[in-house]
Amino acid sequence: MLDNLKDFASHFFVTGDPLIYGADVAIGLTMAAIIFVLFYFKKWGWLWREWLTTVDHKKIGIMYIIASLLMLFRGGVDALLMRAQLALPNIHFLQSEHYNEIFTTHGTIMILFMAMPLMFGLFNIAVPLQIGARDVAYPFLNALSFWMFFFGAMLFNLSFVIGGSPAAGWLAYPPLSELTTSPGVGENFYIWGIQLSGVGSLASGINFTVTILKMRTKGMKLMDMPLFSWSVLASCLTILLAFPVLTVTLALLFIDRFAGAHFFTMLHGGNPMMYVNLIWMWGHPEVYIVVLPAFGIYSEVVSTFSKKKIFGYKSMVFSLMIISVLGYFTWVHHFFTMGASANVNAFFAITTMAIAIPTGVKIFNWLFTMFRGRIRITQPMLWTLAFIPTFLVGGATGVMLAVAPADYQYHNSYFLIAHFHQTLIGGVVFGYLAGLYYWWPKMFGFKLNVKLGLWAFWLWNIGFYVCFMPQYALGFMGMTRRVYTYGWDMGWAPLNLISSIGAVFMGIGFIFQVWQILYSIKYGERDTTGDPWDGHTLEWSIPSPAPEYNFAVLPEVKGRDDFWRRKEEGLDNKIKEKDLKPIHMPKNSGIPFIMSAFWFVAGFGFTFGWTWMIVIGLAGVAGCMLARSFSKNNDYYIPVEQIRKTESKYGRLV
Amino acid sequence: MSQAISHSNDNHEHHEDLSILGFWIFLVTDVLLFGTLFATFMVLRTHFDGGPTGKELFEAPGYITETFLLLTSSFTSGLATLALHKGKVNQLIGWLIITALLGMGFVGLEINEFSNMIAEGATISRSAFLSAFFTLVGTHGLHVSVGLVWMISIMIQLKTDGITSVMKRKVTMISLYWHFLDVVWIFLLTIVYLMGVM
Amino acid sequence: MKKRGLLNGIKAAGLVAFAAFFLSGCSSDQLIVLDPKGPVGRTELHLIYLSVLLCAIVVIPVLAILVYILVRYRDKPGNKALYQPKWDDSKVLEVIWWGIPIVIIGILGVYTVKGVHTLTKPPVKNVNPITIQVTSLDWKWLFEYPDQGVATVNYVEIPAGVPVQFELTADGPMNSFWVPQLGGQEYTMPGMAMRLWLQADQPGTYFGSGANFTGEGFAHMRFNVIAKPQSEFNQWVKHVKDTAPAMTNDDYAKLKKQGLSHVKSYSSYPEARFRKVIDKNGGQYMNMDQNKNDMSNMDMKH
Repeated sequence: MLDNLKDFASHFFVTGDPLIYGADVAIGLTMAAIIFVLFYFKKWGWLWREWLTTVDHKKIGIMYIIASLLMLFRGGVDALLMRAQLALPNIHFLQSEHYNEIFTTHGTIMILFMAMPLMFGLFNIAVPLQIGARDVAYPFLNALSFWMFFFGAMLFNLSFVIGGSPAAGWLAYPPLSELTTSPGVGENFYIWGIQLSGVGSLASGINFTVTILKMRTKGMKLMDMPLFSWSVLASCLTILLAFPVLTVTLALLFIDRFAGAHFFTMLHGGNPMMYVNLIWMWGHPEVYIVVLPAFGIYSEVVSTFSKKKIFGYKSMVFSLMIISVLGYFTWVHHFFTMGASANVNAFFAITTMAIAIPTGVKIFNWLFTMFRGRIRITQPMLWTLAFIPTFLVGGATGVMLAVAPADYQYHNSYFLIAHFHQTLIGGVVFGYLAGLYYWWPKMFGFKLNVKLGLWAFWLWNIGFYVCFMPQYALGFMGMTRRVYTYGWDMGWAPLNLISSIGAVFMGIGFIFQVWQILYSIKYGERDTTGDPWDGHTLEWSIPSPAPEYNFAVLPEVKGRDDFWRRKEEGLDNKIKEKDLKPIHMPKNSGIPFIMSAFWFVAGFGFTFGWTWMIVIGLAGVAGCMLARSFSKNNDYYIPVEQIRKTESKYGRLV
Repeated sequence: MSQAISHSNDNHEHHEDLSILGFWIFLVTDVLLFGTLFATFMVLRTHFDGGPTGKELFEAPGYITETFLLLTSSFTSGLATLALHKGKVNQLIGWLIITALLGMGFVGLEINEFSNMIAEGATISRSAFLSAFFTLVGTHGLHVSVGLVWMISIMIQLKTDGITSVMKRKVTMISLYWHFLDVVWIFLLTIVYLMGVM
Repeated sequence: MKKRGLLNGIKAAGLVAFAAFFLSGCSSDQLIVLDPKGPVGRTELHLIYLSVLLCAIVVIPVLAILVYILVRYRDKPGNKALYQPKWDDSKVLEVIWWGIPIVIIGILGVYTVKGVHTLTKPPVKNVNPITIQVTSLDWKWLFEYPDQGVATVNYVEIPAGVPVQFELTADGPMNSFWVPQLGGQEYTMPGMAMRLWLQADQPGTYFGSGANFTGEGFAHMRFNVIAKPQSEFNQWVKHVKDTAPAMTNDDYAKLKKQGLSHVKSYSSYPEARFRKVIDKNGGQYMNMDQNKNDMSNMDMKH
C-alpha cells in the first residue's frame, strides 16, 4: 500500500531537480503566508464579496492585471533560466529536458497568460469609461471570462510541480507532441490550460464587441470613438474569427492523445502538416490581437501628451481594420520552408509585406501628431517614444523575414527570435506598460513614482537592445532556436553572453517596477482631479478611481475628444442634482468563480485521464449553468441618495 | 418609485436585445468551429488506412431518418416561436416538448449508428478518416444534446414564470440555436454522408 | 543630482555593452549566412541585402524625423515652434506615406516572387545534378545516395560545382535541414518528400544542422557537408562501397530508435527504403505531382 502510494507520488509530483524542490518550497510558503494573512486579518469575507464574486469591470480589470504581472514574473524567470543556460558554451545548469520545458512554458505563458490577460485588463479598465458606459454589455460573462482565464493559467502552471511541464514548444507541433514522443501529462496540461483560458478569451471577444457596438453613450458615433476603443474592436473581431480555430486544433490534438485518434499522427493516415496550418491560422492573427490594442494605446498617449488631436484619425481607423483583415492571410509565412508551391509562398510573402504598409502609416501618423504639438515626456509617453524606433526596426526585420527566399535562411534561427521579441516586447509590452502608466491613476487614484519609473525604463530599454541585437547576429552565425547548449566551435559564445547580460538588465527593470508600485502605493502623487494628464477622452471626466457606477449621469457627447472640447469651452464636469436617477447595476455572483473552479477540476481530470474527476467537474459546470439560468433578481438599483453622497464627496454636485 | 420601475423595464428590454446580439456573435464563432472541423474532415476524408470507407459504413435508412427528425424538429421549434409571439404559454411548451422529443430521437439514432460502427471495428482510432468522422458528427451530436438540456430547463422556467421579457429572449435564443444546428446538419449530410457514399 | 548621475551611468553602461557587441568576436567569417559558398546562398544573400536597403529608405528618415520632432516640439516654456493643436489632417501627407511603403513593398515583392521561383530550379543548367535522400531521425541525419547506392549518417559528401537535389523526409518529428553557407533550409516532414537544391562552388567543409525542434537530442543534430572535386568524390564513394558494412532493415530500425549517433557509412541500404518510409507515414495520401514547382521532376526512381 505504502509502496503503491510512493510510486504514485513519484510520478504525480515532479521530482529530481533541486530547482523544482526550491520552487515547491517557495510556492508552499507563499500559499501558507497568503492563507495566514487572510485568517489573521479576517479578510476571507472581504475577498469573496469584493473580488471573487465581483462583476465590476474595473475590479475585474485590476485582477487581470495582477494575474498577468504574476505571469510576467513566471515567464521572466523562465527567460532568465534559459539565458543562464546559454550564457556560455557547454554549461550543465539545465538538462535538455528541463530546458525544453522552460522554453515551452516561457512562450506559452508570455503570449497566452501574460499578454492576453494584460490586454483584457486594459480593455476592462478603459473601454467602458472611454465610451461612456456603466459597465460592459455582459458583466456576468465578463467575470466568467476572467475566472476561466485564471483557472486555466493555474492549471497550466501546476504542471511545474505536478506531473511535469509540456516540452514540445509553445505551439506543440505534432508528431512531437503526440503520445508516442511526448508520453507524459505535460502536453495535456498545455492543452487544457489553454482551452479553459481560450473560452474566456472568446467570451471577452464577444463581450467587448457588443459593448463597443451597443453601449456607447449618447452622441458618440463610431467615428467619434477614441482610437483605443477602435483598436479593441479590431482586436475583438480578430479574436472571434481566430479563437474557434485554436479551440478545435487543440481539441483534435487532445482527441489524438486521449482517444487514440489519428488527426496528426504519422501512421494511420494522420497529417501533421494540417496541425501546423491550423495552429498558425490562429497563431498569426493572435499576434495582431495583442498588438492592435497596443497601437490604440500609443494613439491615445501620443495625442494626449502632444496636446494635439490625433493626426489622420480616419486613416488610423482604416489601417487598424486593414491589419486585422490582412492578419488572416499571412499564416503560411510561418512555414515557407514546408514545401508549399512557389506561388503559394509568393502570395503569402506579398500579403505579409503588405501588412507593413498600414503599420508604417500608423507610425507616420503618430509622428505627425507630435509635429506642431507640445510634447510632454511623461512615463506613458516615454514608453511610447521608445516603442517607435524599436518597432520600426522590428517591423523592418519583419519585412526582411517576409521575403520568402531569404526566410529560408532566417527561419528557426536566432534572427527570427530577435525579430519577434523586438515586435512583441517593443510593440506589445511597451504598449501595455504605456497603457498601465497612463490609466494607473484612473485605476487607483495615484500616479506611479517617476524616479523609479525612469530606472525601470532605462534598464528595460538598454537591456532589451543588449539582449536582442546580438541575437540577430547569432542568427547569421547559424544558431538555431531551442538548442539547450552549444560548443565553442561556431563562435557563438561572446554574443550569447552579452545577450544574457541584457536579459538580466530587463529582469532588474521589472524589479524596479514592482518597487515603484509598492513605493507609490504609499508615497505616490494622489490624483484628486480625475484628470491628471489633461486628457482628451471621457474616462478623465470622472473621479479617480471611478465610482462603481462610472458616470452618475451618462454624458452626451458632440464629436471626437469631447472632454477636451468641454474643457476648452470652459465647461466643468459638475452634475446637477436633479439629473440624478437610480442606477441599474448587476449584482455580484459567485457562479463564475465556482463554475471555473469546476472546469479546473474537469481539466485536471482530463489531464490525468481520471474519469471520476472529469464527471465531477463537468457535472459541477452543468449545475452552475442551470443555477444561473434559474436565478432571478440578478440586478439592483443604486439609490439616488447614495449617488448624491458619492458625488458630493468628490465635490461634483451642484 | 414608479419612475424607477418604468425605468427598470426599459433597461430589461435593452439587456435582452443585447443578449440576442451577443448570441448571434456566439453563433458566428460556432460556425467557425464547425468550419474548421469540416476543413479537417475534407483533408482526411480519403485517409482510410486500409480500413472501412464511408461507402461501407453509412446506412441510408439511418441518416435519412436522422435528417427527417431534425428537420421536423426545426419546423416545430419554429411553431414554438410562433406561439411565443402569440403569447400562448401552453402551446409554446407543447411545441417545445415535441421539438425536444424529435431531438432525442435524433440523438438516439446517432448513438445507435456510432455503436454499430464501433461494433464492426470502425473505431475512432482505426483511421484518420474515422477520427475526423466521429469528431465532426459527434461534435454536432453533442451540440444537440446540450441544446436538449437547455430546452428542458427553459420549459420548466416557462411553466413557473410564464412569458416574460427574459423568457422571450431565452426562447428566441434556443430556437436560433436549433435552426443553426439544423443548417450544420444539412452540411454534414451532404459532405459526410452523401459525398461519402458516392 | 547624484541619483541622476547613477541613472546616466546605467545608460553609459548600456552604450558600452552595445559597442562591445559590435567589437566582440563577430568577425565576418563567423557570420556564415552572409558568407555563402554556393549560388543558392548567394541568391538569398542578394535578397537579404536588397530588403535591408529598401527598409533603410524608410527607417532612417523616420528615425531622423522622430529626433527632430522631439527636439523641436518639446513642451518647454519659451518654445517658439509652431503649435497647431487642431491640425489633424492632410491629404498630401497621407498620400505620401501610403504611397512610399506601397512602392517599396511593390519593388521587394517583384524580386521576392522571382526569387521564390528561381530557387525551385537547379542553380546551374549545364551540369548533371546528383540526388541525395535525407531522412531526419530522432536525433540523427541519414543520407542515402540513390545513384551511388551508399548511405551515411551525420555527414554528407557532395561533389563541388554540381547541383545537388536533396529529397527530404522525416521518420519521426519534423525537422528542418539547414546548411547556411550553401543556402536556406527546408523542412523534413513525415509522409512527404520535400526538395531542396543546393550547390557548393568550392571544396570545403560546411556546417549543417537541424533547425526545427525535435526533442531531447535536438541540439546535437549537427552534420558536416564535405564538398570535394568530382574525382575525389568518386573515390570516396568507391572507398565506402569497398570498406563500409551494408545497412540492413535491422540497422535502420536501430537508427530510428531515439538516441545520438556517431558518423557512419554504409555500402548499401535496403531497396526503396526512402519511398517506403514516406508511404508508411502518410505519403500515399499526398498527391505530390500537383506541387510542380517545389517538387519538380518528381520522378521517384523506386
